[in-house]
Amino acid sequence: MLLIYCPYCEEERSELEFRQGGDAHIARPTNMTEMSDEDFEAFFFLRDNVKGLTFERWRHLNGCGRFFNAARDTVSDKFLTTYKAGLPRPDVSTLRPAASAPVETYEATESDAK
Amino acid sequence: MWPKQAWKHVYEPQIRAAAGLGVSPTEDDTDHYSSRYAHCDVLVIGAGLAGLSAALAAAKTGARVIICDEQPEVGGALHYDKSVTIDGLDGFTWAQATAANLKQMKNVKVLPRTTAFGYYAQNFVGLNERVTEHLAKPDKKLPRERLWQVRAKRVIIATGAIERHMVFANNDRPGIMLASAARTFLNHFGVAVGKKIGVYTANDSAYEAAFDLKRAGVTIAAIVDSREKPGEGVLAEARSLGIEVLTGHGVVTTSGNLRVSSMSVARNGGGAARKIAIDALLMSAGWTPSVHMFSQSRGKVAYDNETQRFLPGTYAQDCLSVGACNGTNDLQATIEESLAAGELMAQASGYSASQKLELQGSNAFSWSGGMAGAAEGAGPDTTVKAFIDFQNDVCAKDIRLAVREGMHSIEHIKRFTTNGMATDQGKLSNIHGLAIAAETLGREIPKVGLTTFRAPYTPVTFGTLINHARGELFDPTRKTPTHALEEAQGAVFEDVGQWKRAWYYARAGEDMHQAVNRECKTVRDVAGMFDASTLGKIEVVGPDAAQFLNLIYTNSWDTLKPGRCRYGIMLREDGFVYDDGVVGRLAEDRFHVTTTTGGAARVMNHMEDYLQTEFPHLNVWLTSATEQWAVIAVQGPKAREIIAPLVEGIDLSNEAFPHMSVREGKICGVPTRLFRMSFTGELGFEVNVPADFGPAVWEAIRAQAEPLGACAYGTETMHVLRAEKGYIIVGQDTDGTVTPDDASLGWAVGKKKPDFVGIRGLRRPDLVADGRKQLVGLLTKDPKVVLEEGAQIVADPNQTLPMTMIGHVTSAYWSENCGRSIALALVAGGKARIGETLYVPMPDKTIAVEVSDMVFFDKEGGRLHV
Repeated sequence: MLLIYCPYCEEERSELEFRQGGDAHIARPTNMTEMSDEDFEAFFFLRDNVKGLTFERWRHLNGCGRFFNAARDTVSDKFLTTYKAGLPRPDVSTLRPAASAPVETYEATESDAK
Repeated sequence: MWPKQAWKHVYEPQIRAAAGLGVSPTEDDTDHYSSRYAHCDVLVIGAGLAGLSAALAAAKTGARVIICDEQPEVGGALHYDKSVTIDGLDGFTWAQATAANLKQMKNVKVLPRTTAFGYYAQNFVGLNERVTEHLAKPDKKLPRERLWQVRAKRVIIATGAIERHMVFANNDRPGIMLASAARTFLNHFGVAVGKKIGVYTANDSAYEAAFDLKRAGVTIAAIVDSREKPGEGVLAEARSLGIEVLTGHGVVTTSGNLRVSSMSVARNGGGAARKIAIDALLMSAGWTPSVHMFSQSRGKVAYDNETQRFLPGTYAQDCLSVGACNGTNDLQATIEESLAAGELMAQASGYSASQKLELQGSNAFSWSGGMAGAAEGAGPDTTVKAFIDFQNDVCAKDIRLAVREGMHSIEHIKRFTTNGMATDQGKLSNIHGLAIAAETLGREIPKVGLTTFRAPYTPVTFGTLINHARGELFDPTRKTPTHALEEAQGAVFEDVGQWKRAWYYARAGEDMHQAVNRECKTVRDVAGMFDASTLGKIEVVGPDAAQFLNLIYTNSWDTLKPGRCRYGIMLREDGFVYDDGVVGRLAEDRFHVTTTTGGAARVMNHMEDYLQTEFPHLNVWLTSATEQWAVIAVQGPKAREIIAPLVEGIDLSNEAFPHMSVREGKICGVPTRLFRMSFTGELGFEVNVPADFGPAVWEAIRAQAEPLGACAYGTETMHVLRAEKGYIIVGQDTDGTVTPDDASLGWAVGKKKPDFVGIRGLRRPDLVADGRKQLVGLLTKDPKVVLEEGAQIVADPNQTLPMTMIGHVTSAYWSENCGRSIALALVAGGKARIGETLYVPMPDKTIAVEVSDMVFFDKEGGRLHV
């Protein structure tokens, strides 16, 4: 169970109090009715499913109730930082942990065995 | 094997029984379990020499320490290693004294009988404490086991090492055991495991077992050592004790009926075997460091070529391994490493040591040696049973066969042979299996790979994991304020999500069908009262409240005047119906929003999401009020007559208080939000009162209603009455792929609105295409036949299988008021098919139906406006 830092409560709380809310920094277009089908598809349906660094929305549902954003590594499942909704993407080059250990996975041992 | 049918009923059950597979119990678990969270600065896993030393050093700094051990008493290897002294005390005595010392400290928790079974993210460790199982007469109030969920700032892993057995022919006879097991029997329990004992080893530690037994008066037949050169110290001691040592030899087989009676010993590389009579055989191939916890923490193990061991390599979390699990063999080195780790981890948590702790330890011998894989002289590899995995019956020959069959990855070899897949998860067998595979493949051990260590370390009972979350505590039960009164009136309840809702009110002699028919009839002929408290309620307040609802609902709210209500539809951004409900405007800046019972929480979340992240410029405040209001619906021709004597300050006349209005006033002397609305198609009111007043108001309304011939009705009647009127239930008549237009609710979508959630989704090509499934009514040709909800619909019942299904039944009831069955269905191009005959194929018959509109009763809707 992860500990997640809520930027509004300004403390780490248990993962049980939070809900993940999908990709961050996807603003709802203001010109909805003028969008082409392709643009709407890109806005609403298409997501990257990133391996590695991802920016996503979280909500402190069973706490302050606020939505905020997080930079998380989907491989190590580590939060690099969390920040308030509305703020721009943080500069992650300064956030990436210096020694990020490779993760032991089934695939990793598979490739070792070749 | 012939006959084929016998497999299911004879062979397979027999084989399963022979394999010793258990039978899962059918009775309830009568034990109870408890659970707690704990936080500490330093968690020490394992309370042997290393763990106790580390805990002591950490505790002396004042840091909050938890130390756990799976054994009943602390001590680990000190249980059997009698040669150890620490600070002048015998090792085991020192361990008990140290634990007693730790227990007295307020900042320390000592947990024996407690297994750390899982190491999760951010130093979150699961412990399983066995609280009462060892007690003859446990206190009934105590749990059988307790789950600890510990969040530690730092973790010290002191889990020791596990002795490996020797791999040789017929090594599974009773009386053949690990050397450390025999030593524990002797030194801790005072039991000699035999009278004439053989030892087969590849490392020095087994010698000490032989010495202890010899000194206790047991005959040691011989020590067979596969190495040419054992440690000098143990060799000299064996000589002085008069024990025969056969170096460079192996045990090639054993014999014995009910237990081992002899071992056959031969020089490595062949030669004649010598048979030696024994009644027990101790074995030791060396020690496997327990890197389970380290590996579970996502640390990466590294192979140490010199000692042929996997040891902690790269750390992924804030933890440290000490002692045998870290590959540290020497006693004093273990002590010093552990003391330093305890101090370091406490410092990292913000504590500092006032003085350096020192402990002096000594033991008889330092150990060397060890081997992995099959011993020499294990015999021909196709027939001999040299067991690697005793639980899953995997022999050395099976690993070799797996390689011959083309399995080259250890993950494949493991699954082909099931090596390491029993409840011990390969604690004994993995290294042997890996070494044999590596040898057969002609590759080095680390190149073959190591399977991943996963939680739990040892099996954990379901009771501990499930804990309190069973029976009534599995999920919260929500009851409305008037629940007890309804129960007293004979209500039968149904589960709707977490809610208990009155389903129907059975009177003496009535079955459900009769009760529902009576209730349906009574509501339309006289009136009925209904508990609608479970309806979701959200108070939307603020200067921009109307603007916010314009964006959230398809409807327009600007034109709704205070005191009026409107039926609203909410979409997802993809254009599909998400929820519906009546919204009342109480003031310019205040709306009383209702949602479906099941949708209350997610609608609130949906609104919060948009308000916080997409429309943060709007000045609006949302408050969930579902449980603040008790709601009593009074529906039917006599509804006004029933509530009129109780209401103060509200003109109830049709002119002053028309259909779809809301007023604030008093009922029975308490404040009310009184809605004139209807989910039955009758003249109706929904009385909202603060939840605490619900029971009193329910009883007052009932006292007015019953003399007039009205009755209470439940959810089943509510469902039938709304279906008679073609009112949909979101989630029953819609399934997440239905647009407002599909449900004949296109009128509720504001055509001139510039934006609302779902506006663009509604214009997607597929959502405006012809032939979409649309909600329609179905009338069975035989009015007595009631369709089954979920039944599929076809156009031609005589087509070849598989038939083309064009829709399904979403709601179907017997309507006492219509005197026939009615149904709603989603049918492809349904609106254009009105009047057509379609078919519902069932297992035993095909039912012919006619497509109709959705309103079956009072098509003009005049009854609403009286």
